[in-house]
Amino acid sequence: MKPRRVVVVGAGHGGFTVCATLRTLGWDGELTLVDSDHMLPYQRPPLSKKVLAGEHTLSDTHFRPRTFYDDHNIGLVLGHRVMAIDRPSRTVQLDGHPPLGYDHLVLATGARPRPLPIPGAGSASICHLHTADHGVDLCERITAGGRVVIIGGGFIGLEAASMAARAGKDVVVLEAGPRLMARAVSAPISRYFQDLHTGAGVDVRLSSTVSSLQQVADRVELRAGQSSLTADVVVVGIGVVPNDDLAARAGLATSDGVLVDAQLRTTDPHISAIGDCARFPNPEGEQSALRLESVQNASDHARHIAAFVACEQLSPYDVVPWFWTEQLGCKLQMAGLTTGYDRTEINETEPDKFSVYCYAGERLLGCESVNSPKDHLRARKQLAAARSASGQSPPPVTV
Amino acid sequence: MPKVTYVQPDGARETFDIATGKSLMLGAQSNSVAGILGECGGQAMCATCHVYVDTKDLDILPPVSDDEDAMLEDTASERKPTSRLSCQLDASDELDGIVVYLPEEQSL
Repeated sequence: MKPRRVVVVGAGHGGFTVCATLRTLGWDGELTLVDSDHMLPYQRPPLSKKVLAGEHTLSDTHFRPRTFYDDHNIGLVLGHRVMAIDRPSRTVQLDGHPPLGYDHLVLATGARPRPLPIPGAGSASICHLHTADHGVDLCERITAGGRVVIIGGGFIGLEAASMAARAGKDVVVLEAGPRLMARAVSAPISRYFQDLHTGAGVDVRLSSTVSSLQQVADRVELRAGQSSLTADVVVVGIGVVPNDDLAARAGLATSDGVLVDAQLRTTDPHISAIGDCARFPNPEGEQSALRLESVQNASDHARHIAAFVACEQLSPYDVVPWFWTEQLGCKLQMAGLTTGYDRTEINETEPDKFSVYCYAGERLLGCESVNSPKDHLRARKQLAAARSASGQSPPPVTV
Repeated sequence: MPKVTYVQPDGARETFDIATGKSLMLGAQSNSVAGILGECGGQAMCATCHVYVDTKDLDILPPVSDDEDAMLEDTASERKPTSRLSCQLDASDELDGIVVYLPEEQSL
């Protein structure tokens, strides 16, 4: 039987897209979107890009104006945290709001910034970049400050570094690992972006772990290895932790994310989990399950669940993942997952336009394209074709 | 403020004042215009804000960049000579009165 009441917890890309897609598909049941954030549902990618650069205001990040939710009969419960899921009675308990009953519950709870595991990490000048408030706060602090120290050379840290460098600030990036963005990209891409940042005046320090932080008046003193630094602003971007505690407390299986099956359902068939908080079976059939942190993953998961709720579509989720980042005017687009590659082939059309193809043996794992969107799109199609050739791919969901 | 008209595949038309400098994609989102996803937030990365520009308005538009050209190859609905990504078109006095037609689909 099709669910008549759907509650979606978390109003990021995943949660918003579930609601919008359900209505596009003509599903007319009772729909409620809950988030602990007070702000009208908003997009996160611009926070570390156009919002940080001061080019976009917060209202530009809203998915839709408030009238959209009224017009589409989507109940918005903002500024209230979901405290517990009562599975036997199929209700969620909220902080300061009456409980909500559901036939199907979608957990789109996302992730939170990983805290820096050293004393002093709670100091006033230490910033994360995760919510709209963070984005505005950091933009103001970077504008006011002279020296910005960024802990973590991943996407968020490097996007913040490029904004601060372009604003003429003195920027230091401290990365604990031996290369930049190591978790997500191949070594040639790491090298290229290291040169790009260094060329823009960013002081990139690899294998550099911060051992202490101390707030002294309105500045922060840091120690990393043998060196000491002083910063007006410290940005911490050392990854995220999935928000799976609500699910765990409800007795659902979790393991660094809410565990779901190929239909994105948790161990309770009335509850799904999508986006950053969900760990789902690798459609490529490899042993380890995947948990991905991207807009594409959240949105495609969301469309999959909406099709399940509205049309009872039961095909397994199988979409080629893709990601992007933009740093110092340079566009990096990634298709597929390149972790575990054993060789690369580089196709360079011009000095700052190239793609790195990552292989395991003869199999293409993924492609990372710098200022080469055509390569990126071709690789996405190639990877999708390879998947459908190796198994039964579900028909795409169209919106 | 420049006026922009969005036309749905069924012919329904809506006209809005869009602040100068704001993209036609953001203008559509902030006015709840159906049929524009704009999933990447306006960086010509996702091709989900595809529109067909009225032929009379083609000449006044800024040229298609290489990035936009590549992404237009990947739109969910057919690319036509009038295809543009609305995130790459900013409202301006020159574009005042522009009419854009929404495609049937935005997401593959």
